[in-house]
Amino acid sequence: MVRERFEHDLITVQQDLMELCDKSVDALELSFKAFLNKDIDLALTVIDMDSQINHLEEAINDRVILLLAKQQPVATDLRRLIVVIKAASDMERVGDYAVNIAKDTIRIGKDPFVTSIEPIEEMFHKTVSMLRHIIEAFIEENTVKAKEIAELDDQVDALYGSTISHLMKLNVSNEHVAQITNLSFICRYVERCADHATNIAEHLFYLVKGKHYELNN
Amino acid sequence: MVQILEKQQPTSPIIQLNEQSTVMESKGFNLWYGEHHALKDINLAMNENEVTAIIGPSGCGKSTYIKALNRMVELVPIVRTNGEVNYRGRNIFEKGYEVEELRTKVGMVFQKPNPFPKSIYDNIAYGPRIHGIKNKKILDEIVEKSLCGAAIWDEVKDRLNQNAYGLSGGQQQRICIARCLAIEPDVILMDEPTSALDPISTLKVEELVQEMKENYSIVIVTHNMQQAARISDKTAFFLNGEVIEFDQTDTIFSTPSDQRTEDYISGRFG
Repeated sequence: MVRERFEHDLITVQQDLMELCDKSVDALELSFKAFLNKDIDLALTVIDMDSQINHLEEAINDRVILLLAKQQPVATDLRRLIVVIKAASDMERVGDYAVNIAKDTIRIGKDPFVTSIEPIEEMFHKTVSMLRHIIEAFIEENTVKAKEIAELDDQVDALYGSTISHLMKLNVSNEHVAQITNLSFICRYVERCADHATNIAEHLFYLVKGKHYELNN
Repeated sequence: MVQILEKQQPTSPIIQLNEQSTVMESKGFNLWYGEHHALKDINLAMNENEVTAIIGPSGCGKSTYIKALNRMVELVPIVRTNGEVNYRGRNIFEKGYEVEELRTKVGMVFQKPNPFPKSIYDNIAYGPRIHGIKNKKILDEIVEKSLCGAAIWDEVKDRLNQNAYGLSGGQQQRICIARCLAIEPDVILMDEPTSALDPISTLKVEELVQEMKENYSIVIVTHNMQQAARISDKTAFFLNGEVIEFDQTDTIFSTPSDQRTEDYISGRFG
């Protein structure tokens, strides 16, 4: 096999991306667990985890830049590396949203929820499913799975709309306004994570097809 | 409901194929070295004021093809051809086509710089003199214009009478390009013109090719795929004597349609 070294480096950088994906989604799950259980210590742990995620993204970028400089890939190989950088950026943002959810969890503190958070939980589970699916799709370069992810994003968007609408219509006392705001932000962060999964699905289409597609209009 | 929308690409103002006219074209061109079928049904059209790159692994027929474009390939006694290679609409292999006339219009630069063992001036003036130009003033003008055209005038203007062998490899190659320009060709064929040059000289020649395409049509054979990507408008990928793919260079190096092209440009064989 010609370019064995390049193939090896390519696999390594893809493995790094998978590690970043896992860490980011793990952080998101932990932050939501902290939110559900009002677990401040766990929320603080999530905040601490973010620097690892950031460093991993930087390491991926550095590795890709070196590969571009030294191997000068073209066509699919080039797209593969560019897509790795873009996907790493998306997953790093997921890590940031995990931190944001953790911070809002700390702000909510031990106060009881003023409304049912079931719709937010439903959104969250769909979003995590999207993120886990996109990791699989990425490994397999599977555009069929990427399409399925786009379908889930529509559902997340619909849930986001109805949940925000519900939160805005709640008739609560002034002391609970802050929590409503925090819950709205958490909804927004979860919805944005689903958007990043969709972004990655679009990057995957670009990698495989060599053209830009919008999976969710 | 999922909607997959392919984003509309802005139309590139740079590539306007239909406005270019064809300067050289091969139609169903075949070539044999004895029994060996070296070029198979080659159909390629090279446009005016464009750089056309020919890439492919060793033995794929790319050098044979470029040498067919000015009939240099006929110097090999066992060569047979059929089909057409048209220059400005006329088949250069047809009976009665003057090869000298062809080579005046279709110049060639070779892999290794091959200046004559003469002064820089005489190297450039050689072709025009053969064509009967004796007037010193006219020759001076041609020499200066050609050396300027090959981006080497400033480096040699004060030593035109020195032997060209005293120049560096990169300078010698640009002298050879200037020598080619001196006979005012229409098409310039370049057979791996930078493979014997250092990286800086290579970049100078590449810059030069980009400048020259404003006035000439250029066909370049190169082993250096990045070079083809950098300097050509169109690229033809040859394999085992066949054209596997011929397209805009941007397409060849981003989304080639044939897997063999992708494997070659990605360095997976060759």
